[in-house]
Amino acid sequence: MTLSTALKTGDLTALPSRRDEDWRWTDLRGLLRTLPPAAPAHDGKIPASPFAGLAETETLFVNGRRVADAEAASGVVALRFVALADKASQGASHSLVVKAGETLVLLESHEGRASGYVSDVLLDIAVGEGAFVERIVLVEDDAEAVNVVTAEVVLAPGARYAQTVLTGGARRQRIETRVNHPGAHAQVRLDGVYLLDGQRHADQTTVVTHAGVDGITSQLTKGMAADQARGVFQGRIVVAQGADQTDARMGHHALILSDKAEIDAKPELLIFADDVSCAHGNTIGALDENALFYAEQRGIPEVEAKAMLTEAFVGEVVDRIEHEGAREIAAAWVAHKLGGVR
Amino acid sequence: MLSINNLHARVEDKPILKGVTLDVPAGEVHAIMGPNGAGKSTLSYVLSGRGGYEVTEGSAALNGDDLLALEPNERAAKGLFLSFQYPLEIPGVPALTFIRTALNAQRRARGEDEIAAPAFLKLAKEKAAALKIDFDMLKRGLNVGFSGGEKKRMEIFQMSMLSPKFLILDETDSGLDIDALKIVSEGVNALRSPERGMLVITHYQRLLDYIKPDKVHVLAAGRIVASGGPELALQLEAEGYDRYVGVAA
Repeated sequence: MTLSTALKTGDLTALPSRRDEDWRWTDLRGLLRTLPPAAPAHDGKIPASPFAGLAETETLFVNGRRVADAEAASGVVALRFVALADKASQGASHSLVVKAGETLVLLESHEGRASGYVSDVLLDIAVGEGAFVERIVLVEDDAEAVNVVTAEVVLAPGARYAQTVLTGGARRQRIETRVNHPGAHAQVRLDGVYLLDGQRHADQTTVVTHAGVDGITSQLTKGMAADQARGVFQGRIVVAQGADQTDARMGHHALILSDKAEIDAKPELLIFADDVSCAHGNTIGALDENALFYAEQRGIPEVEAKAMLTEAFVGEVVDRIEHEGAREIAAAWVAHKLGGVR
Repeated sequence: MLSINNLHARVEDKPILKGVTLDVPAGEVHAIMGPNGAGKSTLSYVLSGRGGYEVTEGSAALNGDDLLALEPNERAAKGLFLSFQYPLEIPGVPALTFIRTALNAQRRARGEDEIAAPAFLKLAKEKAAALKIDFDMLKRGLNVGFSGGEKKRMEIFQMSMLSPKFLILDETDSGLDIDALKIVSEGVNALRSPERGMLVITHYQRLLDYIKPDKVHVLAAGRIVASGGPELALQLEAEGYDRYVGVAA
């Protein structure tokens, strides 16, 4: 039941729907009555990457086709998925293998530069023993787009994997990350920021499966929904039998700025081991009225004060990005998105 | 300067202010004293434009500008500054960023140019040094983890940076020990000038030993029931509010 299968086969019944428990808040079958035609090859100019200047190599997909190549899965790599065809569908898949002891900074951008497209991306990331991957995913979709990005991450012992997803949503959007965690001193950080307005929707779903002893997972997602937007957070951490000394923390905190906005959150800890330290926290609320009035009383107009407080709220997640250049781009993206005057 | 005439206000259906009339000319410091529940904080919130208060009658103007017609940030740009009884903590927004954003928003509202970063930092360093504030504190989240005294000192710092025309100090003495009270009072006194007016709202006379008012008013049950010189505050300290609570009822 995936968008990927539906795009390959043209079979609409393969789309995930409200009746699939894991997709109940991100119904694709109800939304897509027909599948758009496959996107054509693009033979024009390709705009600059939002991470321009930071990456040493680049892997580029335009309309789902791979057009530029890079073998190295170490150093700083840009991975771009650019949609340039209106009302077309595109599917792309890509694998990355990071060898033992290597470091990869993956600057992944989903650049919707067309309208009403349907996009599906599948990624496989294997992180070798003692290797480190920091994946920063910046998703800028068109308001009428449907986009599903699924990453399957497999970690070797002692590997470290850190991820930050930043998204402004789409008509329907799902960014899913599944991590196979071996324990064995491997460490995972899975973070997210979503900033949604209009009728945008964003779903951040994660599944981390701890299979062995001594593993660490730390998750922090923060978001904001205004207007009639809808934010979805589904975080599942599975601690398998025998995966003792697992240390897993999950936090999801959201601001809801209008009566018509919606946040759906489902944090799940499924623990089958005895000796573990696991916790989750989930809060959804409005901006602090007192803080807002305080800022206004000092002369800051309401709209600007709201942007400032929201930016500070999600700033905690942005600050956890380790790559300095990417952190600055993420902070600037948040500020721009909120229209805050700096 | 500040001119309040027959001001009535309520919260939901409950009338709190029942005809407050008060004039504070430029250069003067007036104190408002009163028992708990008299409407002291309501008066400061109505003047500064906080939501949840409905003005049913009367007027309030600063230098001829109708305050009640303006948004809170517009009142600030006109020069009104309310120092909070309990200043808010704003995590993630450094004090310097907060103040610069406020200062530039006020300047834009007045049709002035924004202050450039170097000029702003120079000004901030001068003012911080004068108030003995560690400059590194200004790079941290506004008021986050600060003691009561530090928060009040940060309020004084904001006043000196924003240089308002009229100050309302709402129970500035609450939560301060005597040393902090002295420091904060010195900061306020340094801001006294022939062009600036102040309204000092307090429950206790103690603050007025340090910030000497030109006039003292007693607010009870939503009205000013007595006005006089500084000696009125001493009399209240000795006798309590009982007789005024009787008068208003």
